[in-house]
Amino acid sequence: MDDTVVCRALTKVYQEDSVAVHALRGIDLVVPRHDFLCLSGPSGSGKSTLLNLIGGLDSPSAGEVRVDGLKLAEMNRSELAQLRLHRLGFVFQSYNLIPVLSAIENVEFVLQLQGMSFTQRRRKARAILAEVDLQGLEHRRPGELSGGQQQRVAVARAIVSEPSLVLADEPTANLDSVTAENLMALLRHMNEEHGVTFIFSTHDKLVMDYSRRLIKLHDGEIAADERRT
Amino acid sequence: MPIGLVTRLAWRNLWRRPRRTIIMVVAIALGIWSMIALGAVVRGMLEGQIDKEIFNLTGHIQIHAPGFTDDPVVDNSMPAASPALGAVLDQAAVAWAERVRVPAVVASERESTGVSLLGIDPTQERGLSFIGDGVHQGRELTSITDRGIVVGRKLLERLETDLGKRVVVMSQDRANEVADRGFRIVGVFHAEMEAVEEGFAFVGRSVAQDLLKMHDQISEIGVLAHDRDDLDELLTTLGTRAPELDVQSWRELKPLLVLTNKIVDVMLYIWFVVVFMAMSFGLVNTLLMAVYERTREIGLLQALGMRPTLILGQVSMETLFLLLVGAVFGNLCVWATLLWFADGIDVSRFAQGVQMFNMSPIMQPLATLQDIVAANLIVLGLGLIASLYPAWRASRYVPVEAITRT
Repeated sequence: MDDTVVCRALTKVYQEDSVAVHALRGIDLVVPRHDFLCLSGPSGSGKSTLLNLIGGLDSPSAGEVRVDGLKLAEMNRSELAQLRLHRLGFVFQSYNLIPVLSAIENVEFVLQLQGMSFTQRRRKARAILAEVDLQGLEHRRPGELSGGQQQRVAVARAIVSEPSLVLADEPTANLDSVTAENLMALLRHMNEEHGVTFIFSTHDKLVMDYSRRLIKLHDGEIAADERRT
Repeated sequence: MPIGLVTRLAWRNLWRRPRRTIIMVVAIALGIWSMIALGAVVRGMLEGQIDKEIFNLTGHIQIHAPGFTDDPVVDNSMPAASPALGAVLDQAAVAWAERVRVPAVVASERESTGVSLLGIDPTQERGLSFIGDGVHQGRELTSITDRGIVVGRKLLERLETDLGKRVVVMSQDRANEVADRGFRIVGVFHAEMEAVEEGFAFVGRSVAQDLLKMHDQISEIGVLAHDRDDLDELLTTLGTRAPELDVQSWRELKPLLVLTNKIVDVMLYIWFVVVFMAMSFGLVNTLLMAVYERTREIGLLQALGMRPTLILGQVSMETLFLLLVGAVFGNLCVWATLLWFADGIDVSRFAQGVQMFNMSPIMQPLATLQDIVAANLIVLGLGLIASLYPAWRASRYVPVEAITRT
């Protein structure tokens, strides 16, 4: 199986006060392994909805999503949670971290859920935090970190378990340009060295510039799908 | 299941809003305190009643001739304890005494009144009944042939007589003739209940037997065992050794007291549940608020791969911590309260009520292990059950809706 994500005729309709809002209109999308893909488009074009459907956080109105060959529609809540735990990583635009856990505990969270021993997960978490340049801040709680530092902790958590796919919704939205540049370089490095597939949803030109494939969404449909060098 | 992770999250979440948590802990502690401490007061009151009744010549076991319980007259007497019965009692009982007990009239030169006349062996009564503890004025009876009479302070007042004066005792003898005899009042006893002071008069057993022409017959054998709640074996043995006699425990002799005990049991558990119900509203509300406030965070946990059962477990664990902390403080408060009232609660200012309920003026609170365990289990068990609804709600969030909730 070479494709990480396959979407077929993916449709999502929200019902708002008896008005049907078509967020996605029959999207067909194949994301091969190791892809570094960016979803762009204006607000309401369906970027976040598509990410949520691929991540199993929401269910489609019609069509299907496969992740690593697994049909999400056939999975129950627990199985979807297991899929997210073992195969997916998430970076959200805001509210990314668990406030009562320190930076290193946030990074360890997924590894602990996976059942990794304390020594192993602590070593991995320290290494990944060093990679995102957060040495010395391991034991700070999210409230004691800046927005950029918090976002780097979230990225560290998303990639620490080496998932096959990372879904990142506006990952640079709260970051200054230097931090954003460093973050994207890190993610690109993870993609190239570890083969992690990335799908971004963004308005940020920097993220688009880093991506190898740019998909433009408009009114819930794919308006353009271009490969970049 | 990553218990360590769930435990850490639950404990830290508990202290995110310390004020709210402390209020809830205080409510739980207060609930547990009120359950156990007030229960201990009621139990203490009841235990006091039972102990007092046992010490008021009831004992743990009584042996009578058939028919004596219904009609305690001289005709329903029985022979003194056989050597075989005496041997069992010597071995198994703490104390036992043979008594003559008949209705009689005591008259002074001014007044007369009905009493229970008891012919006793003073040495046998020590540790068995209040009369064995001695008298407050004059002297106690010295032997079964002592020719004096000991009466209660209240009876003395009623007869308008005094220590050292003579009274006449009248009763029915075995020949159905009126038997009467003069006695000098040699001692006056005090009791916590006026009814006891007024209702009993004590003479030497042999003197009573002579007066009533009973020869060696007696009315009853009173027995004090080691444990009033563990009498079955002794009752069976005594029943086997004296099959022709009625062998009855204090429970049979004082059925009202037993019924009161059972009613108190039921009332206490109803009280426990009522207190818990009041407490559970606060608990569920607190948890619902906590879950609602953390909706986005719960969505994040789901997105990161936390299974719904783990989320349910985490909220339940949070409740368990809340309940445990409350229970610890509640039990400490109970302990402090019992320590404070270690010498008993003086209720003598309510003398009339105290007398009416046959209570001691010093009430000793009694927290039984059974009540403590029941109160804690009710709070912990039902508390956890009550928390299932907020926990279940948290586990059923749709991740995307939870994450995007503002």
